[in-house]
Amino acid sequence: MEADTTTAARGEPPSGKPPALVVDHLTKRFGDRTAFEDVSFSVAQGEVFGFLGPNGAGKTTTVRTLGTLIAPTSGSASVAGIPLTMDNGPEIRQHIAIMPENPGLYRRLTVTENLQLFAGLYEQRNATVRIGEALEAVNLTARARDLCGSLSKGLRQRVGLARALLNDPAVMFLDEPTSGLDPVATREVNDLIVGLRQRGVTVFLTTHRLEEAERLCDRVAFLNTTLRLVGRPDELRERLFSRSLTVETLTPLAAPDDVFNSAVGVESWRPEGASSYVLSVTDPRNVAPQVTRALVAAGADVVSISESRHSLEDVYLQLINDDPEASPR
Amino acid sequence: MKFSFIRLGAVLHKELREYRRSPFIVLTMAVLPLVFLIEPLITIFRIGPSVAASTADRAVSGTFLVLLIAPALLPAVIAAYSVVGEREQGTLEPLLTTPLRREELLLGKAIGVVVPAVGLAYVVFAVVQVCARLFASNTYVVSALGQGSHILAEILFAPLLAGWSIWVGIGISARASDVRVAQQLGTLSSIPPLAVVALVSFDVFTPSVTLAVVFALILLVADVILFRVVSALFDRERLITGASAQRAPSAGGQVPPAGTVRRIPRIGGSDDG
Ligand SMILES: Nc1ncnc2c1ncn2[C@@H]1O[C@H](COP(=O)(O)OP(=O)(O)OP(=O)(O)O)[C@@H](O)[C@H]1O
Ligand SMILES: [Mg+2]
Repeated sequence: MEADTTTAARGEPPSGKPPALVVDHLTKRFGDRTAFEDVSFSVAQGEVFGFLGPNGAGKTTTVRTLGTLIAPTSGSASVAGIPLTMDNGPEIRQHIAIMPENPGLYRRLTVTENLQLFAGLYEQRNATVRIGEALEAVNLTARARDLCGSLSKGLRQRVGLARALLNDPAVMFLDEPTSGLDPVATREVNDLIVGLRQRGVTVFLTTHRLEEAERLCDRVAFLNTTLRLVGRPDELRERLFSRSLTVETLTPLAAPDDVFNSAVGVESWRPEGASSYVLSVTDPRNVAPQVTRALVAAGADVVSISESRHSLEDVYLQLINDDPEASPR
Repeated sequence: MKFSFIRLGAVLHKELREYRRSPFIVLTMAVLPLVFLIEPLITIFRIGPSVAASTADRAVSGTFLVLLIAPALLPAVIAAYSVVGEREQGTLEPLLTTPLRREELLLGKAIGVVVPAVGLAYVVFAVVQVCARLFASNTYVVSALGQGSHILAEILFAPLLAGWSIWVGIGISARASDVRVAQQLGTLSSIPPLAVVALVSFDVFTPSVTLAVVFALILLVADVILFRVVSALFDRERLITGASAQRAPSAGGQVPPAGTVRRIPRIGGSDDG
């Protein structure tokens, strides 16, 4: 086990406020199957924290454990500042909301009736007003009187979100909130998450949509039974991929070695296609003008010079490819 | 966090709403009492004016037994559905993510079954009484039906028998893996207390106010104990995952031995690089 317990090594958030979630060496086993193991991280208040990983990585089990639905096998955690114990369950649940993978609505009840149940369970006094606001937030006011059984998957997902909004949670767990949604509905859910962030709600988001995680999350964690990486998306990119420039010329360079070695800051280069080159550089912004000058001096016809962008997806694939244990279960 | 009647009420309200929209439950609620109404009425009407008091009395006792089957059987079927049904619909997980306590959930569900079942039983009982008074040709039948011990027994036993069936039904439901098994077991569960009622009805014990009260007290105690047992059986983790948290993880299998945890690369926030 790592002896290093500095904040960086434990995946702690950048903020100075007391964290919304602290997870310390948490493990959950079902019999002899390990759902997740030795997971430690913390999430700052108001942070949107992405929780990524392949199918069966233990994401849903982590959400259920932190949501007091199931007990961890070992390790400790605190949720919304309350230590995670079964006795504290009701107290924790008062301050959080969980939207499970499957929204689980009563199909024979209307949207409003479903929400009325949960407003009651949170002992809300002005339930009607709250339900109205929640429906408004997810753009469902017009469907308030429809039976949930008659709603499409996307609409049901939104009812689930409205339900999660009812108790004004400090921490909101969203388990794949956009799975199966069309691009417009996805964007609406994403906007909602942005809205939550603006209101200071801590969001714990599991998703398989990496571009969504990249766009929405302050930090992301990669889980594959154990925690593999935690950090800001741009930091992860930098960590896993050396920074590089892609140069494209009209015709192949006669002596690429001479050209690129004359530019300061180029560490190495490799051809990519007939007249395209990827340069490993220390600082793309400062090196690009140098490379341009060198190319022009060598009489090359430059088509483009651009900084190579790696998406979070590249990070993900890189991690999973490097991972001997990442076989699908 | 304390027991909350608001949360209990929310569960109860939802249960009653769901029942009203569930064709299976509406049909059961409508048909079962009708069946149990017809049998006593036929018995009562068939006793002619010349039938002896003792024979009439016995027939009436049999009628009471039939009248108590409905409140025992109906809740068993519905209660058995309660927890497994929610689990199959996927609605249990969201419920358990709220501050709802298991006692609130279980009592809300139980009251949701008791109120309609006992209400129906009382209505059936009242209809039988009124019909007997208006149409029965045998005067002994009318007086036997109107006996204090009989009326007391019906009033006390209907909810208490319902309570028994509900707790056993919910208990089975909380542990059963599918709805049909739960309902079959639930139906069987209503037999033991009914057997005792049958013994009373068929004069193995002589019915009396004292006996009714004693038996009612026994049932009440049984109901309270059952409620405790069922609450204890209600294991959140098992309901969510199908496995109990209590089960100790065994070594071996996929679990690596201690000390083999992989090194985890981590990147901290901007303040510490
Ligand atoms: N109730 C259970 N009993 C036994 N094993 C379980 C149970 N629930 C989950 N697991 C196992 O734990 C592991 C993690 O499952 P989990 O559902 O948390 O994954 P996930 O990351 O949410 O996957 P997905 O992306 O497919 O939703 C899997 O190997 C799964 O088979
Ligand atoms: Mg999952």
